[in-house]
Amino acid sequence: MKVLVTVKEVAEVDDEFEISGLDVDESALEYDLNEWDDYAVEEAVQISEAGDDVEVVTVTVGPERAEETVRMALAKGADRAVRVWDDALEGVQFLDPNSKADLIAAVAEEESPDLILSGVQAGDDANGATGVALAERLGFEWAAVVNDLDLDAEAGVASVHRELEGGIEELTDVDLPAVLTIQTGINEPRYASLRGIRQAQRKPLDVNSLEDVGLDEGIVESAVERTSMYEPESESDAVVWDGSADEAAGELAALLRDKGVVEG
Amino acid sequence: MTVLAVAEHRRGDLRDVSFELVSAGRELAGELETDLAVAVIGGDVEGFADELNREGVDTVYTIAEGEEFNHGVYTQSIEQLYADVDPTALLLPNSVNGLDYAPAVAGSLDLPLVTDVIALGGGDSIEVTREQYGGKVETTYSIDADRYALTIRPAEWPAAGAAGDATIEAFEVDVDEASLGSTVNGFEEVGGGDVDITDADVLVSVGRGIEEEENIPLVEELADVLGATLSSSRPIVDNGWLPQNRQVGQSGKVVTPDVYIAVGISGAVQHVAGMKGADTIVAINSDPNAPIYDIADYGIADDLFEVVPELIAEFGGEAPDV
Repeated sequence: MKVLVTVKEVAEVDDEFEISGLDVDESALEYDLNEWDDYAVEEAVQISEAGDDVEVVTVTVGPERAEETVRMALAKGADRAVRVWDDALEGVQFLDPNSKADLIAAVAEEESPDLILSGVQAGDDANGATGVALAERLGFEWAAVVNDLDLDAEAGVASVHRELEGGIEELTDVDLPAVLTIQTGINEPRYASLRGIRQAQRKPLDVNSLEDVGLDEGIVESAVERTSMYEPESESDAVVWDGSADEAAGELAALLRDKGVVEG
Repeated sequence: MTVLAVAEHRRGDLRDVSFELVSAGRELAGELETDLAVAVIGGDVEGFADELNREGVDTVYTIAEGEEFNHGVYTQSIEQLYADVDPTALLLPNSVNGLDYAPAVAGSLDLPLVTDVIALGGGDSIEVTREQYGGKVETTYSIDADRYALTIRPAEWPAAGAAGDATIEAFEVDVDEASLGSTVNGFEEVGGGDVDITDADVLVSVGRGIEEEENIPLVEELADVLGATLSSSRPIVDNGWLPQNRQVGQSGKVVTPDVYIAVGISGAVQHVAGMKGADTIVAINSDPNAPIYDIADYGIADDLFEVVPELIAEFGGEAPDV
């Protein structure tokens, strides 16, 4: 059995930042493994640990810098990695979910996995759409926002819980092959061990260009174009107490007494 | 030229986002100078159609297929209705179920898709606003296409209120049952247990800023001296530091206490959805730009590990060593 996991390197923005042009200035960006993908990787590794002969392959669309993130997924137990990048993708501001799905689908068609796990969304652009778009491309079945997974590989069925709003879960059986988008909290992602980190350096990491995966530069063309980025105006009219911690705590204590939260 | 919105329902009731889609749809139909149609698929479609018949809706299409949401049924139904109505814009909810079918519909109809839209604007081509980097910035996008799909963030538009005079039209679809690869077997309510945070007058709520599980006793003690109930944001429950019945937010509980004290909570939109109805909101968060301050009434923009022990001391308690 083969499990493909989509892994994205996401940009996190420091508390202090500037916008230059249509994006946050590079100096305020830090890169990390997408939080949701961390759970997806863990779920895949747990499947591989529970079964015989399960291969876990990660797929990433990203520049060379992203290999640090990819190695982290390998260190946590993925077997090998595929990274897709191309000069044509450099500087593309909005890769629409359809284009992203096309890119990953090209790799998935090559790998023909039984199961694809992707994060519900990426922490930076938060489209929340790539996994389901990918399933549509591949003709796979799918389930979005999965927070419990029970896999019966022999029967070819994934029994999942989908986390709906308001503390309700939907219990659904999904035919394989399928794409499941994984919600945080489904498991406890492990930390990479030192041994894992060492082993990750020797695991295969293939780099493919657009041409390698059978796509052309037209893939980056999108009808959707970013036209501006700005900091939202603060709507805050909060009374923020200044001063030392004990002075501010004193103000808050007075408020809570005033509200009758505590007496005296 | 039509704007086509798709309503959402669950277990016999239309969800609020359905009526917000009517408002957003009416706004977009105004920009495009066209009409607004709303589709409802499955369940008591006739009853739903009466409810969806709000001011500004021109047509309600009812598609009587199934009871509850199934993405295969939705995808096939919308594709067939789309072929008939030929709408300019397809407006879908950015809900958990919306995200389970919108990308598939957009993919198979070859429509550009922009998700989680928070504002719409006009011009030569339609312009939409969304958030990026966890809400730290907003971005606008222009869509240069004749046909497109958008998902609309819940609770951004007001619910459409006044009754309308729409035409209600039953639309027959042909669903290929054999191709449905997902079977919905039921629902489960989670987060039961002995504590009901929705019942509390005062909540002390803890978030990611608490850093370590070992530090949780600090906020427990604060809740204790205040006679408050302890709740949390999502990461605390994801980490297993507090049980699920303590979670406030979109996927947890919606709470409306008299006083809500958010400790180390940044105020992501999913969290705010669960607590914005509190009478008085107090934030303790060292980042003065954190979005929690947008809805807080009072705040202390200082290190919670300094402030909370002082606060416990104010009420005669003793802060545990963390």
